[in-house]
Amino acid sequence: MRRREFLTLSAASIGGVVVYSLDRKASRISPQAGNSIRIPLRFFTEAEALIVAAAASCIFPSDEAGPGAREAGVAVYIDRQLAGPWGRDRHRYTQEPFEENAPMEFGYQGQATPQQIYHQGLKELKGFAGLGPDEQNQKLKQIETTVFFSLLRQNTIEGMFCDPTHGGNIDLLGWQMIGFPGPRMSNFDDVDKHFGEAFRPKPASLSQMTGRKARASEDQE
Amino acid sequence: MKTLPSVDVVIVGGGWTGLLMAKELGSRTSLSVVVLERGGPRNADNYGDDMDELDYSIRFRMMQDASRETVTLRHTTTERALPLRQHASFFPGAGVGGAGEHWNGEFPRMLPDCFALLSKTIEKYGAERLPEDHSIQDWGVTYDELEPHYMRVEMLLGISGKAGNLRGKQMEGGNIFEGWRSGEYPNPPVKIPYFSAMFRDATKALGYHPYPIPAATISQVYTNPDGIARPGCTYCGFCERFGCMIGAKAQPTNTLLPVIQKRKNVALRTGATVRRIVYDTTQNGKRARGVSYIDATGQEIFQPAEVVFLASWTLNNTRLLLLSQIGEPYDPASGKGTVGRNLTHQVYYPAATAFFEKPLNRFMGSGAAGVRIADFDGDLFDHSGLPFMRGGILLALSLGFRPIANFGVVPQSVKPKWGSEWKKAAVHYYDRTGNIVFHGEHLAYKGNFMDLDPVYKDHFGDPLIRFTLDWRENERKMAEFATAKAVEIARQMGAKEVTPFPGLRSYDATRSQSTHIQGGTIMGSSPDRSVVNPYLQHWQVSNLFVLGGSVFPQNASANPTPTILALTSRTADAVVNRYLKNPSALA
Repeated sequence: MRRREFLTLSAASIGGVVVYSLDRKASRISPQAGNSIRIPLRFFTEAEALIVAAAASCIFPSDEAGPGAREAGVAVYIDRQLAGPWGRDRHRYTQEPFEENAPMEFGYQGQATPQQIYHQGLKELKGFAGLGPDEQNQKLKQIETTVFFSLLRQNTIEGMFCDPTHGGNIDLLGWQMIGFPGPRMSNFDDVDKHFGEAFRPKPASLSQMTGRKARASEDQE
Repeated sequence: MKTLPSVDVVIVGGGWTGLLMAKELGSRTSLSVVVLERGGPRNADNYGDDMDELDYSIRFRMMQDASRETVTLRHTTTERALPLRQHASFFPGAGVGGAGEHWNGEFPRMLPDCFALLSKTIEKYGAERLPEDHSIQDWGVTYDELEPHYMRVEMLLGISGKAGNLRGKQMEGGNIFEGWRSGEYPNPPVKIPYFSAMFRDATKALGYHPYPIPAATISQVYTNPDGIARPGCTYCGFCERFGCMIGAKAQPTNTLLPVIQKRKNVALRTGATVRRIVYDTTQNGKRARGVSYIDATGQEIFQPAEVVFLASWTLNNTRLLLLSQIGEPYDPASGKGTVGRNLTHQVYYPAATAFFEKPLNRFMGSGAAGVRIADFDGDLFDHSGLPFMRGGILLALSLGFRPIANFGVVPQSVKPKWGSEWKKAAVHYYDRTGNIVFHGEHLAYKGNFMDLDPVYKDHFGDPLIRFTLDWRENERKMAEFATAKAVEIARQMGAKEVTPFPGLRSYDATRSQSTHIQGGTIMGSSPDRSVVNPYLQHWQVSNLFVLGGSVFPQNASANPTPTILALTSRTADAVVNRYLKNPSALA
């Protein structure tokens, strides 16, 4: 049994939004300094989660173009994905022999699971969370072509724009930023209208739309 | 091994073709029919709960589990094949309804000359027009023979579209290049979203002939000839890789299954993985005795049957014949043998990625909502001076953009792939980007085929199917030509920046390029060069039929499901009207 690890986020750092804890209870925390929330981690240690949060924030920064990985809870999203079947390659074909240096058009052919790729990648980013922004960006540039970085980049986008049941896209802020309303029962009256103009219905998550609990794959075998 | 009581008919696979055959035999005869589906049952009533992009589109929850079985790929016979360890290039279905549950529902017919590609090409251009290493064949069935069956399956699924050729008369607004139709589509076309409307207007201005895509995502409430009613599409944009939450998209579970479930003579068993077709060798050749399968509890079962239908999609149809040692495996060196030959995919790629000033509201749409042009399809345009034969269609589909799959595409002028500059551009362009897609014909070649992999196994220990597959100059040149046309159209649509497709190099298994994989158990008029006859009946084993895209001798530009279902419908007629009265060779 691993020691229980938590990611402690200050309300100020995440801008005062709704966050989802492990049991998916939503709580709204105000942005005053001093408030914080402890989110139990499933896979990372707290030190690892802080590195992932910092690196994801370099990939998808919080800036004048809108909120970023930090506010969306990307580190929490990635932690849950890695702990679930995807992190263990539950549905990837993993029979030997592996060909680590296969040409790109065959896809990833390595033996390491996402869990192992992250563990190894994070070892090489030791101390990353404490670096300044320029140093962090430089460090990531050095690993830009690695399998770890491409996973991290892909997972960051997933965490920004997934249904919030998966732990990311907190308060639907990723969807709001790009004008995606989430699953909608009907666009029948609008699909052939609004030509040339932004049509932006209020976003709703899957469970808000159906009124039922979503069945996230990371919670299943 | 446990042996079950014998049945009249066993059908391997519970997707479009297996369930269509089950419905036909189950309702037109009193035969006892068993369908064996290796995946699980589906709860189509709860598809609304499944509108989660991450689990369904990105993690492939409706697809075959790649950890249990996949395919291996090599480009030439001198390369070592490697397994495709996760889905990317195409998406095999699993579970009742198969890939027919998570398709987009585009429903075009093939051009009439596709069925006689070899003879028509030679007739018009001479044999020297054909690529040196081609293995193109005629199908042994004509468009005219298939037309009533196209019509029939269009009625069954409630296809929404506009005829362009009614009994030879050109109709404004439809595809004027299509083969003759005996009737109008059962429903009017679906709505055209903004991006597709821009494409329609631009192609018209350029002198082309745009038409609405024939759609199985139907435009209005419809009751089919079996009395099955479905609602009209609401353009929620969750078709591809999802089941339809309201059943507007025709799926085997909402179109065929309700009829089957009322028939006491049809049984559907899920979790039943067929591993072998069992046969006797007699003086007159082989005769199928049934199939052996592993049931949901892991027990090995023998299901005897009088007639066997193999309906388990292109890859597994071919693999089961090879594993069961029925027919002679194809040998590319000698050209002998038939099982595994003529593997084709489709020349399918985003020809032009266009970036616009105005937002497009691309979350709205449906899998088949959009506009196409067939001006560069088949042999419909002047090929003189062109370094390739045949062609394909260009289209602007509005299938409903979802953010994980589509976020991050930026014009070539934006260099970074992460960080502030990238994010700013990606946020801006997220809803200002559209792809003009090309679907082109894929010719058959002697060197593109399937056999059993000598190294990699499935979870039962049986060999995986192995692709030997690569593009040839005909596809590469066709793609270059179509890309230039797509860029021209994108500019006419008012795109500020356009990224052209970089070109086809070797077959890239990481790029999603449709699930339209064909061949391996091809149909034809000669047992030396095909596995099944024009009624999809095995040439040597007359009580074995093979249904699905595996029978295509080569691939057309059209999406394959309409032709697959029309061929299945024709086989059902032949079985009911002729074979059951005299169980012997139909051709």
